Amino acid sequence: MYLFIAILVMAVVTYLTRVVPIVFFNKKIQSVYIQSFLHYVPFAVLGAMTFPHIFYATNNMLYAGIGTLAALILGYFGRSLLSVAVITVGVVYCCNLFL
Amino acid sequence: MKNKCYKGEYKRGIKKGLPIGLGYLYVSIAFGMMAATGGMSPLNALIISMTNLTSAGQFAGIGLIFNGATYIEIALTIFIINIRYFLMSFSLSQKLSANVSTLKKAIIAFGITDEVFTMASLEKEELSYEFMLGLITLPYIGWAIGTYLGAATTTLLPGSMQDALGIALYAMFIALIVPAIRQSRAILLTVLIAVCFSCIFKYVPYLNNISSGFAIIIATVIAAGTAAYLFPIKEES
Repeated sequence: MYLFIAILVMAVVTYLTRVVPIVFFNKKIQSVYIQSFLHYVPFAVLGAMTFPHIFYATNNMLYAGIGTLAALILGYFGRSLLSVAVITVGVVYCCNLFL
Repeated sequence: MKNKCYKGEYKRGIKKGLPIGLGYLYVSIAFGMMAATGGMSPLNALIISMTNLTSAGQFAGIGLIFNGATYIEIALTIFIINIRYFLMSFSLSQKLSANVSTLKKAIIAFGITDEVFTMASLEKEELSYEFMLGLITLPYIGWAIGTYLGAATTTLLPGSMQDALGIALYAMFIALIVPAIRQSRAILLTVLIAVCFSCIFKYVPYLNNISSGFAIIIATVIAAGTAAYLFPIKEES
C-alpha cells in the first residue's frame, strides 16, 4: 500500500510540473533571478544526491571511492552516460572479485 | 501549416523521437536494475516508468521509497527535482500552434522530458499536436521496455555484481555533472555548495536527523539560490 501511494504521489507531482504551465499560463517568466535559479536547480540536485551518498552505494567504501574516481575521470573526458555507468560498475565489480 | 497532413506530422515526430527512444532504452535498463537491486519487483518498476517518465525524479523517488520516506518528502523532492519542467512546459506553450485544444495540451504535457523538450525547441515552425505525439511515442516505449528488461534480468545476477550495480546511478549523475562543470564556473560553484550542504546534513550532529529528502531540497535551494544571485543568466541563451 505504501509503495502504491508513493508511486501515485510521484506520478501526480511529476505530471503537475509539466501540465500546469502549458495549460494555464501564457506569459513568460520575467524575473532573471527565477530563470537563473531554475537553470541551476538540476545541477544542485544532482550534486546533493550524489555526494556523499555514492560512497555508501556499495558494501565497501574504499571500492566505492575507486569507482567514484573512475566515474569522475570518465565524465571529465565526456564519455556517454551509459559508458560511464557500465565502466564504473565494472571497476567496482573487479574490486569485489580481486581485492 | 494547418493544412498539413496529420499522418505526415506524426511520422515526422516519430523519426525525430527515434534517437531519444534508443537512448532511453539504455538509461531505463539502469533504472530497472537499480529498482530490482533495492528489492522492487519488475512490474512495480515498470509501473513507475510508465506513470512518471522522468529519469532523475524516478531515481530519487525509489531511493526515497527504499528509505521509507514520508509522502510529503517524496512529493517535495520530486517537485524540486522536476521544477525544471515548469520552465520547459512554459517555453513549449509559446511554441504550440494556436489550434491545439486544452485536452491535447494536457496529453502532450505528459511527455515533456529534457530530451523531448530540446528536440521540440529546435523545430523552426510552430509545433503541432500530431508532431509532439509522434516525438513522444518512441521515448515512452523505450523507457518502458528498458525498465522491465533491466529489472527482470538483475535478479539473475551474482551478488558481487548486484552490489557493484549500486554505484551505477551515481556514476551516471557524475557523467551528467562533470561535463557541465567543465563548461561553467557557475555550475561548478552550484555543485560545490550543494555537495557541501549535503555533507553537512549527513555528518553534523543534530542536522543529520533531517531526512535525506529534505536535506536534498535545502541543499538545492541554497546552492541554486546563491548561484542565481552571483551568476544571473542572460535572457534566452
